[in-house]
Amino acid sequence: MSATPGNHLPAKDDGAPRPIAIAVEHIWKRYGDFEAVKDVNFSVSEGEIFGLLGPNGAGKSTLIRMMTTLIPVTAGKAIVAGHDVSKDPDDVRRAIGVIPQAMTSDLDLTVYENLSIYAKLYGVPHGVREKSIAEVLEAVDLTKWRDAQTKTLSGGMRRRLEIARGLVHNPRIFFLDEPTTGLDPVSRIAVWEMLNKLKATRNLTMLITTHYMDEADKLCDRIAIVDHGTLVAMGTPVELKNSVAGANVVEVHFDREDEEWKGRLEKMEGVSSVQPEGSGFYRVITKSGSKTTMQIVELASSLGETLTSLSVQNTTLDDVFIHYTGRQLRDEQVKAVFSMPPRPGMQP
Amino acid sequence: MNRMFAIIEREMRKFFRSPTLMIMSLMMPILQLIIIGNAFGGKIVGTHVAVVDYDHGPQAVKLREAFDAVAANIKTFSTIEYQSEVQAREDVRTGKIDAAIIIPAQYSRRVYAEDAPKLGFVVDNSDLFTSATLEGELQSLVDAMNAPQVQDRLAKTIALEVVELYPYVNYLKYLLPMTVALAMYISVMIGGGMLYIDDKARGVHEGYLVTPITKVELVFGLNIAGAIKATLSGISIGVIGSLIAGLGIIFHPMIMLQMLCLIIAGSIAFNGMMFLLMVRVDDPLVPRAMFGILNVLLLYPSGAMYPTASFPKWMQALGVVDPFTYVIHGFKEVLLKDGGWVAIGHDLLFLVVFGIGTLLIATPLFKRTL
Repeated sequence: MSATPGNHLPAKDDGAPRPIAIAVEHIWKRYGDFEAVKDVNFSVSEGEIFGLLGPNGAGKSTLIRMMTTLIPVTAGKAIVAGHDVSKDPDDVRRAIGVIPQAMTSDLDLTVYENLSIYAKLYGVPHGVREKSIAEVLEAVDLTKWRDAQTKTLSGGMRRRLEIARGLVHNPRIFFLDEPTTGLDPVSRIAVWEMLNKLKATRNLTMLITTHYMDEADKLCDRIAIVDHGTLVAMGTPVELKNSVAGANVVEVHFDREDEEWKGRLEKMEGVSSVQPEGSGFYRVITKSGSKTTMQIVELASSLGETLTSLSVQNTTLDDVFIHYTGRQLRDEQVKAVFSMPPRPGMQP
Repeated sequence: MNRMFAIIEREMRKFFRSPTLMIMSLMMPILQLIIIGNAFGGKIVGTHVAVVDYDHGPQAVKLREAFDAVAANIKTFSTIEYQSEVQAREDVRTGKIDAAIIIPAQYSRRVYAEDAPKLGFVVDNSDLFTSATLEGELQSLVDAMNAPQVQDRLAKTIALEVVELYPYVNYLKYLLPMTVALAMYISVMIGGGMLYIDDKARGVHEGYLVTPITKVELVFGLNIAGAIKATLSGISIGVIGSLIAGLGIIFHPMIMLQMLCLIIAGSIAFNGMMFLLMVRVDDPLVPRAMFGILNVLLLYPSGAMYPTASFPKWMQALGVVDPFTYVIHGFKEVLLKDGGWVAIGHDLLFLVVFGIGTLLIATPLFKRTL
């Protein structure tokens, strides 16, 4: 791991450290000569939502599959719920719930039948099965769809059913592999809200993989950025953002172009760089967006100039990812057809 | 154990919720029975035979009256008058007619003189079935005409008395065992082959593998579910096919019990074989590509459509290890011969041992991880 801006585990309210739910130590996964995961270390505390953020093919799913006993570990150790995934896989399986990337609930079966079959597979005793199914249906807000065939559900509802399926045996740790991929924005937000509610009501530890920056930002207590099989950064979203030089970007558009604007902006306090974009438009990288904004307004006012637009943007996880990996997330998915302008804090 | 039953429950619920799948796996073998049974089983009728008469004598007239009798009664062929042998040959060659009979000049005189009378028969032997039927029919006519007017009181020639042990078995009945076996095989091929691999590709197995289910529970759950589906398919086609073929014997309690045992044993064997073939396959195209060739590879060496005695040795060897051979032999013994437990004991034993054996080999090959 090349950078760990905040590699400390969250503490309880009384300051005492929380017990470790997942501990990954020097874990490797090799397929022949190809190294899918390389010497990865991290820990997840109980009750924490931990995100693995990275582009497709970064090794997130391989990591989650090793932790959920789906593929063997080549080297290193993963302890989940106190059990070694290589030595006690069945104990690990009893303690975890897993939502795979693909939606695999049976479309021909009803919501209840899907949950009932998985409750049996997880060995939920007959006496508590009905109660457990009712509880998870309530938790994911699908109670009134209990007897509906799964094929009649929307994509978001199906994803909630998958989540209910993974919770039907009341696991301590919940693994979600890209839980909102393929969902519309409204359904995505509904899933986020539901996961936050589950975390609060069930004291679940969650490990989520995603390639959505906003998802990781809004949902996760801590994030590990994965690229080419290695962890390149880890910390809370705020820690990661603060770790990038130049916290804010101020975009200003002067009504009139003047070759002196750039020099004037560069002299302002806290400004680290100014990028002219043409026709009076400038991107100003600054440590304090609010202070620089005020200065720009005062400058324009004193000179009798008019501002067409003025906006402040915070550093995003996108900027963090670029900072640590040197490329954008979408570079992995779509070949760029044009060059993007330089972004704040980007490493040469 | 509960986990194994959960797998079975899931598979059966899916099966009963997929009417298209059920209908396809039941209807295809029935259609095959009806089409192949009727295509191969019927008698050849309505062919056209040219008669070129260069004699016009009383024996030629007698011969043509015999041809007319055939045309009027068993209708194997009707005759068309031709004037030229050359034209008749040409028309046989081009398919306008099926055969030609040449009655040479002086035929009647030679018959009366007992001077080696001969008839010419031009036949299209590229069509073995039609030519053999016409040849047989004409040979019967000639034999009848050669028979003396007054029979000897005591026969001087050796006669073969044929005793048929069973009632007449038409081709529809003959094919019924194959049809039932094929229905079971199709059910296994779809349920145990295609759907199994499709579920793997869809990630359904990934869902199973993260639960505490054991390898044995998973393998046996999938296979028992597959065997139940094949058994239901076999029973359905056994009953429907028997009604179509006119084999009421299937409703006799002992026959029903013997058929049920054979269907269950055959389903276990087919399913075990399919699971062994598919246990390490991940590509959904593989079972689809295998479907046709596996069908031919297993069905034909079994003797389902043609007796194995006519096969080359290597094909007979293939038949020895082919579960189809034993399923079909057993069904024939029960449905067509009422052979009893003794006749099917060997088949049942082979099928059960084969099914369990293939499962025992497949289980360690089954990967508990992705």
